[in-house]
Amino acid sequence: MLAAILSLTILGAVLGTVLGFANRFFQVEGNPLVEEIEALMPGSNCGQCGFPGCAGAAAAIAAGQASPACCPPGGRSLAVTIAQRLGVSVDLGGADDPGPLVAEIDESICIGCTRCIRACPTDAILGGPKQIHNVMRDSCSGCAQCIDQCPTEAMVMQPLPVTLQQWFWPKPALRG
Amino acid sequence: MNEYLLLLLSTALINNVVLVKFLGLCPTMGVSKSVDAALGMGLATTFVITLAAAASWMLEHWLLAPFDLGFLRILSFILVIAAAVQFTEMAIRKTSPALYESLGIYLPLITTNCAVLGVALLNVQQGYGFVKSVLFGFGSALGFTIVLLIFAGLRERLALAGVPAAFSGAPAAFITISLLSLAFMGFSGLIPA
Amino acid sequence: MGILDRFLRTARFSGGVHPDDHKRPAADAPLRVMPPPARLYVPLVQHIGSPARAVVAVGDHVRKGQRIGEPQGAVSAAIHAPTSGRVIAIGDIVAPHPSGLPVRGITIESDGRDEWCELEACDDPFALDPAEIGRRVARAGVVGLGGAAFPSAVKLSGGLGARVELLIINASECEPFLSCDDRLMRDRAAEAVDGIAIMLHATGAREARIGIEDNKPEAIAVMRAAVAGHARIRVEVIPTRYPMGSEKHLILVLTGREVPAEGRPSDIGVVVHNVGTAVAVRNAVRFGRPLVSRLVTVNGACVREPGNVEVPIGTLAGEVLAFCGGLRVDHGGPARLLLGGPMTGMQVPTLEVPVIKGTGGILVLDAAEVGEGDGGPCIRCGDCMRACPVGLLPLEIAARVRVGEVDKAAGFGLADCIACGCCAYVCPSRIPLVQYFHHAKGELAARTRGTQRNETIRTLTRAKAERLEREERDKAEALARRAAASLAAAAAAKQSAPVTEKVAEDANEESGVCA
Repeated sequence: MLAAILSLTILGAVLGTVLGFANRFFQVEGNPLVEEIEALMPGSNCGQCGFPGCAGAAAAIAAGQASPACCPPGGRSLAVTIAQRLGVSVDLGGADDPGPLVAEIDESICIGCTRCIRACPTDAILGGPKQIHNVMRDSCSGCAQCIDQCPTEAMVMQPLPVTLQQWFWPKPALRG
Repeated sequence: MNEYLLLLLSTALINNVVLVKFLGLCPTMGVSKSVDAALGMGLATTFVITLAAAASWMLEHWLLAPFDLGFLRILSFILVIAAAVQFTEMAIRKTSPALYESLGIYLPLITTNCAVLGVALLNVQQGYGFVKSVLFGFGSALGFTIVLLIFAGLRERLALAGVPAAFSGAPAAFITISLLSLAFMGFSGLIPA
Repeated sequence: MGILDRFLRTARFSGGVHPDDHKRPAADAPLRVMPPPARLYVPLVQHIGSPARAVVAVGDHVRKGQRIGEPQGAVSAAIHAPTSGRVIAIGDIVAPHPSGLPVRGITIESDGRDEWCELEACDDPFALDPAEIGRRVARAGVVGLGGAAFPSAVKLSGGLGARVELLIINASECEPFLSCDDRLMRDRAAEAVDGIAIMLHATGAREARIGIEDNKPEAIAVMRAAVAGHARIRVEVIPTRYPMGSEKHLILVLTGREVPAEGRPSDIGVVVHNVGTAVAVRNAVRFGRPLVSRLVTVNGACVREPGNVEVPIGTLAGEVLAFCGGLRVDHGGPARLLLGGPMTGMQVPTLEVPVIKGTGGILVLDAAEVGEGDGGPCIRCGDCMRACPVGLLPLEIAARVRVGEVDKAAGFGLADCIACGCCAYVCPSRIPLVQYFHHAKGELAARTRGTQRNETIRTLTRAKAERLEREERDKAEALARRAAASLAAAAAAKQSAPVTEKVAEDANEESGVCA
């Protein structure tokens, strides 16, 4: 009886010590994966994913609580990049993906209040006080932060129009 | 020398731990979706099994047998295995965060991989010496890795095939691995009795 | 040179197919010249590279050959009015493209006079500096007429950097149904050879080889006669095998050397031009005539009078077909409308698309010629693998694209696929392999664009955050400075209150400043 207790205790103590040293030796500072994912994200902290900012989303993705495809501004390319990094497969939602959305201003309603300009995290909106604003599509991240700012509801999110250079054949319909 | 080679061959192929002894089926089904993850899992398990085989031999011959503590065998073996798995987990987390993520829950589950405990217990049962124990452990792990890799390759191909909806996923995987098991039975004629 | 000798000397490429060529009788019909129709629709991008910029306004009167589109950027091409008339619109027209999406273009209403603008002729092109030839070709908006429509001046004037040893003239015309190069050589051999001589002068290459497939004996005979006086130009007869006209395969067959993957012919000192481009270069340099028309093969079972037609750029495909006697509606009627050849051409949804510089053919095929089946499951016969002239595994690539694993497909060498269509041609299951590859390439390109976009946005976000921080800091500093100054003033004048209020007001006003 005593021998059993003693031997297990010694065994546990020895293994515990070894693991303790190993833990110190293999110490990981922070979570490199979270930082890596965060560096891939748009960084506009728009909150469309439902997490507090891009850092929160990156932590959730790394912990497996969020899908790599949870970032609407990042779109398919970001989802694929993150999924590859994590070595997981990701459901991209197939053909009904409308592509990235960008903000557009209805020029007949815009009153030139500049509120959207201040809200835009990427400085993608051009204009001045009492002048009609315009969105530079190439710079718009699609974070939709300007939408709620507009007092006249002149701002809408629209899918990016497909140009001749960007169009490509759809995947052939499946048979067999 | 010949004897050791035969032992390695017979544990890796003829008495394959997965397909003939049916041990360690959980990670075989779980981590066989991609060849990369399968290789990582195979290497991690190889490390753990070999380490556990060596440690359990020492435990058996230096502690359990001298003090007549045979009833503590499973308990103490599990303790050693769990420690080895913890160590592997820390090492992988440090060296390859991506592999750590892709193995996910299956990494700590190596602890409960019955192949690991099975190999340790079989060692005691067969009464192998230290070198043979380690070789037996390494050979079994090699067999595990080979099967995992073959099966992952098959599943990668299977994912491209037009499997009928009723069979896609796990059913097709089970049929595949049973056929693979049949194929491995062919190795039994490799070493004449 | 003996047949055996030629056989031994000619390198071969593996793969390829030998489809029924359907070139005759269209190739034997005499060349017809189509008069300009009432309206011409001239897209501003007819070439590889950035679109041209319109330099005319609606209502302007233009003469034939007048420049209406200015090239933009290093790789671009000028656009010219194909006839004289009035500009009636600058805006969207249906692009000659499978998507049917709009492209920016200029619509010209012909005045029926078809009068040329003033042209800058040159009696002795060989006295010109090679760079000057390049400039004249660029001014004339000449692009590769083989189909890819790469601006020719960039290739001619050494814009690709490397020194050119050998000029290869692509007259193989390997696509079935097409015969415009064949017809051009038969009717305008002397012009073509003159153009080749000018190109030789411009590129500084030592010799030129004209590769013609052996299914065009008439063209070979005429070209052989035409090059008789030129020591540095040779006609090479090459076996008929699709895709012989692919740049890399033609180079392999004519020189025995292979262009590296992701490389360009200029990497091994070779430049390839189409024979039609040679005629366009000659017209541009000798007469200053820009590229405003081209030979187009009108062919297919549904065309009443198949043949080759010289068509003004911007003519609608439907009008060209009407010029060729219209469409036959017997035996099932038209099943598919194609611009270019049947293997690599573009299927277009409507007849209302203009002929552009790269359009070599207008084909209206019936159901038998399309020969399309359902696309059954892959039986892994490997025929596509044997047919692939690039040595890829089409079945493996397509299987991965089918389940959406585009990255793994790329790992099988998708980037080297030349979309020649050999695999789909031989597939017994009639799987639309080429469409799979086009889709996968497009998907990969879209991802690259998405990644670039994300990077741009990240940079912009960081820049804005930094700017806000800097403004905040500056404001705080300014505030502190003014507070210190006012304190000093207060100490001096013993009345601080009104000034501090003034500072606070200033700060409020500043916070309203926007980007």
